[in-house]
Amino acid sequence: MYATNYHRASSVQDAVKLQAGADEGKYLSGGMTLIATMKQRLASPSDLVDLRHIPDLKGISVNGKSVRIGAAVTHFDVASSAELKAVCPAICDLAHHIGDPHVRHMGTIGGSVANNDPAADYPAALLALDAIVVTNARGIKAAEFFTGLFETALEEGEMIVAITFDAPQRAAYAKFRNPASRYAMTGVFVARRDNGDVRVAVTGAGADGVFRHSGMEAALAANWSPDALAGIAVNPSDLMADIHASSEYRANLVKVMAKRAVAAS
Amino acid sequence: MAKVKMTVNGRQVGSDCEDRTLLVHFLRDNLALTGTHVGCDTTQCGACVVHMDGRSVKSCTILAAQAAGSTITTIEGLAANGELHPVQAAFKANHGLQCGFCTPGMVMTAVDMIRRHGANLDEATVRAELDGNICRCTGYHNIVKSILAAAAEMAGAQQAAE
Amino acid sequence: MGVEGIGASVARKEDKRFLTGKGRYTDDMSVPGMKYAFFVRSPYAHAKIKSIDMSAAKDMPGVIGILEGKQLQADAIGNIICGWMIHSKDGSPMNMGVWRPLAHETVRYVGDAVAIVVADSLGEARDAAEAVVVDYDVLPAVTEAVKALEAGQPQLHPEAPNNLIFDWQIGDGAATDKAIAEAAHVTEITLRNNRLAPNPMEPRATLGIYDSAEDHYTCYTTSQNPHVARLVMSAFYNVAPENKLRVIAPDVGGGFGSKIYIYPEEIVCLWASKKTGVPVKWTCDRTEAFLTDAHGRDHVSTVKMAFDKDNRIIGLKVDTIANLGAYMSLFSSAVPTYLYATLLSGQYAIPAIHANVRTVYTNTVPVDAYRGAGRPEATYLLERTMETAARELGVSPAELRRQNFVRTFPYQTPVIMNYDAGDYEASLEAAMASADWNGFAARKAEAARRGKKRGIGMSCYIEACGIAPSAAVGSLGAGVGLWESAEVRVNAVGTIEVMTGSHSHGQGHETTFAQLVADRLGVPIDSVNIVHGDTDKVQMGMGTYGSRSGAVGMSAVVKALDKVEAKAKKIAAHLMEADESDIVIENGELKVAGTDKTLPWFQVALAAYTAHNLPAGMEPGLKEGAFYDPSNFTFPAGCYICEVEVDPETGVTDIIQFVAADDFGNIINPMIVEGQVHGGIAQGIGQALLENVHYDPQNGQLITASYMDYAMPRADDLPSFKLSHQNTPCPSNPLGIKGCGEAGAIGSPPALMNAITDAIGNNSLTMPATPQKVWAALNAAN
Repeated sequence: MYATNYHRASSVQDAVKLQAGADEGKYLSGGMTLIATMKQRLASPSDLVDLRHIPDLKGISVNGKSVRIGAAVTHFDVASSAELKAVCPAICDLAHHIGDPHVRHMGTIGGSVANNDPAADYPAALLALDAIVVTNARGIKAAEFFTGLFETALEEGEMIVAITFDAPQRAAYAKFRNPASRYAMTGVFVARRDNGDVRVAVTGAGADGVFRHSGMEAALAANWSPDALAGIAVNPSDLMADIHASSEYRANLVKVMAKRAVAAS
Repeated sequence: MAKVKMTVNGRQVGSDCEDRTLLVHFLRDNLALTGTHVGCDTTQCGACVVHMDGRSVKSCTILAAQAAGSTITTIEGLAANGELHPVQAAFKANHGLQCGFCTPGMVMTAVDMIRRHGANLDEATVRAELDGNICRCTGYHNIVKSILAAAAEMAGAQQAAE
Repeated sequence: MGVEGIGASVARKEDKRFLTGKGRYTDDMSVPGMKYAFFVRSPYAHAKIKSIDMSAAKDMPGVIGILEGKQLQADAIGNIICGWMIHSKDGSPMNMGVWRPLAHETVRYVGDAVAIVVADSLGEARDAAEAVVVDYDVLPAVTEAVKALEAGQPQLHPEAPNNLIFDWQIGDGAATDKAIAEAAHVTEITLRNNRLAPNPMEPRATLGIYDSAEDHYTCYTTSQNPHVARLVMSAFYNVAPENKLRVIAPDVGGGFGSKIYIYPEEIVCLWASKKTGVPVKWTCDRTEAFLTDAHGRDHVSTVKMAFDKDNRIIGLKVDTIANLGAYMSLFSSAVPTYLYATLLSGQYAIPAIHANVRTVYTNTVPVDAYRGAGRPEATYLLERTMETAARELGVSPAELRRQNFVRTFPYQTPVIMNYDAGDYEASLEAAMASADWNGFAARKAEAARRGKKRGIGMSCYIEACGIAPSAAVGSLGAGVGLWESAEVRVNAVGTIEVMTGSHSHGQGHETTFAQLVADRLGVPIDSVNIVHGDTDKVQMGMGTYGSRSGAVGMSAVVKALDKVEAKAKKIAAHLMEADESDIVIENGELKVAGTDKTLPWFQVALAAYTAHNLPAGMEPGLKEGAFYDPSNFTFPAGCYICEVEVDPETGVTDIIQFVAADDFGNIINPMIVEGQVHGGIAQGIGQALLENVHYDPQNGQLITASYMDYAMPRADDLPSFKLSHQNTPCPSNPLGIKGCGEAGAIGSPPALMNAITDAIGNNSLTMPATPQKVWAALNAAN
């Protein structure tokens, strides 16, 4: 790791100020990606602003169907929240399958969303749940937030404070893990709202990161059943290919995981 | 360079280190607690697992500065008064270790796992919970056996105490 | 058997320190004034070094010294050698290219070391290493052995035209060709044995300490064989004479072969310690380990197996191309020859065998022994071929094997080995019973109702362990003898220290070797200490690899114990005024048989050292040493059965059950032996299902350079294993031990691959059988 300066922020305001005062400051939440990247010398922020101790970024609140998850809430706390499980068990299940138990104890939803790793799980959930990424400046719809591989709509210095969404009627996430990294090689989050709207969001497979599959959405809107997906074609040309999975294989996985998610919902 | 203070194995400690110092190196180099190991660079192998404020974490991916003010337990802090912790004893009785390098992380992981699941642990859960710990020697067979034995033993002991 | 003696599952003596964080591994070592090393390594697979500019790096904070290969050569530090001479079939010696510990003319793989930076902290050493400017002239690279032999490919070493290291053969070509010509059926198959990274969880590390006052060097290192390291560094690399070099391999976190070899880093850190005047510690990170630890396997073979009309094998012809990487590592030449082709008879009576092996240089890290070393390659080849033949012949795979088993011993194969004992049918029967082989059809039908494809496969392996008779291996090209050495030191109060040249890096020698002593002398194992891993403490040794510590290392302890016992009996007889031949040793006492006269062990020990009343002419003391040179290899064998379910939608293979029936001869500690088998099976399953070293064939970059891309077996990839033992004692060593360290890794890959190909009905599947590959094979089959 290159040399860096560590700062611990006590409030959102304090964090923004510390970041603004640094040459190349970066917000540090759980650090499960950022510290790992810095260890590889692939990132070299001059300053790190630690957000873990900011009270405003903590806590999960559920009001009826309205959900708010603080940016610094860990994957473990999302996975084990009884309140959340009562209205949206799918997101608890998703969080329970991120990384490993130790990573889940540190990694946070805000950190994961801000990083927008193409193989991360949360982006699929946010997109399918039509979530809002709440920052210190504004609310950004998930569809506008994830702009490409490791790219988001966050402006320089802007920080995520919470994720909000309305709990769906039914939802589930099915993930096929990369056999080595155990990140999503393909993950599909399906959600249906009370009004019948359906969203299918795919992570780990898209060449440009997380995406929605309109063909599947239409099929599932008509018939919420795994069988509804039987005739759907997933185009491999928009999908990633690497030593672990060709785009054709990923296309197959997108469909199979979507079917399994619907079955589990 | 700043002085980082924390509680490690029940003792208040403070030591100067660079801000880029990882918790695992702080423990190993500054505190001479070399039981916590580094087996990979990508936060996957789990040889570095310690407990921070009661939860298992990977000390290779946390800055010492991030851990300042927290309470850390390492493998060296597990056995009380020279008596092996039940998880340590179960690993010994069931041959849950060979070369010993992944062992500290495995034991700390097992203690955390049993804390969360108690006697409800079954083989499938143990195997799933070991996702973040790699062993190259044992094929995990006896690690799984050790953890299940420890969970049963600890649940029994708790029941007896109640 | 006593509770602590031979045959008892004694909990390990060494465990407490590992379980409490008190293990002492090389990276845990710290000495006053110690500084940290980081190596500048080639980012290219093949390049000429035009210049190395250290000027900017030298002024970086904390830098103590930066050293390069020209200086190393000027100081007459030698090049790295391969210790086993193989001759091609035309009689010419192998073509060994130059491997410099620090390259200064040409780099030949990504990770080839170019310079060492020594600094106050590891961070500063790495910062400065990035500031060393190496100007490379990049050359085309080749990573695949088959391709490297083709015309027009990049040439790695002037000593090896067409990248060919040797073209070697074994067996009778004419007789084999004749058998194939006359066969009723010939099974032909091409098989690839995938390249693996050994991945002991402790990365390599070394601490070089030069003492200028004594002109003496100490090397802490992650080695499986510290004495061999000292010998090689003295005799070939000119680091220091043996009496000026102490090598200490303290607790070592797994080896699996990869820590046998003497790597550039040990040599360079010792030399750098003298050059810079400070102790120099280097610790490998995991990506560096993937780049620089010797890899394993990487064979491509074509096979012809000939059967007569009664399905008896009458001939086997094998043509193998083995990738040895960019340089010849210490035992690299022996692995695809004498550790591989000599096992091609397997458990079968095959009258004619011929194997041709070509070894090849490529722009990849050197390949050498990895758990099993040659024997997994032989077993995979034979057992996939047998399974394929059974399918082609329409007979049961068990029956085809049974029909061809060697049944009388000793059995001389056409490829050197002389099998001394075994009962292959016993293991086959035990495995089939344990796996409920006969109930498989019903389980397959039930799985099909759930939409899953179920398959079953078996593998019958044999290995040659207990390496090895020194004269025999010498005649085959080995540069060293493969004996082992032990010393048993009985202290004056009766406690015992055993100095052994074997080295434990997970195998539990501190327990099993103590069990042997406890069994022989009737003393508690807590009164026995095993000393290993330090050339200053242990007289001599050849180390631990090739499943040799039980069969060879313990046999040396037996020989030393024989001498100790004989002397103790003489002393006891003298003290009790009895005849020496009437003395027996039982429960820690020396007794006069048939009387109530007895002396506790410690009194005899004490008498040996007080020397007040010893038999006339007897030397004081009770300490004896021995060297044991085996008279034959040992031949562990067994049968593994694997049952899988394949998910046709995703290609995921789920291992439903894995059964191992092994014959290791006599067993000292069943719990430890089973642990060895578990670990070996996991590595074998890793090879078959998950692991593969992948170099980019265009530019030689290592794609699988971390656990993000190299799939290590995790707990949820594996089932619990079902084990059993069939013990036919080994007749060639005093304990009847065959060895158990490698069997699991040898026997399991073909069992798993036979099960998957059975499930999916497509035999053209290569390892690792990843979900993607299985899915593609299923679609191709349908």
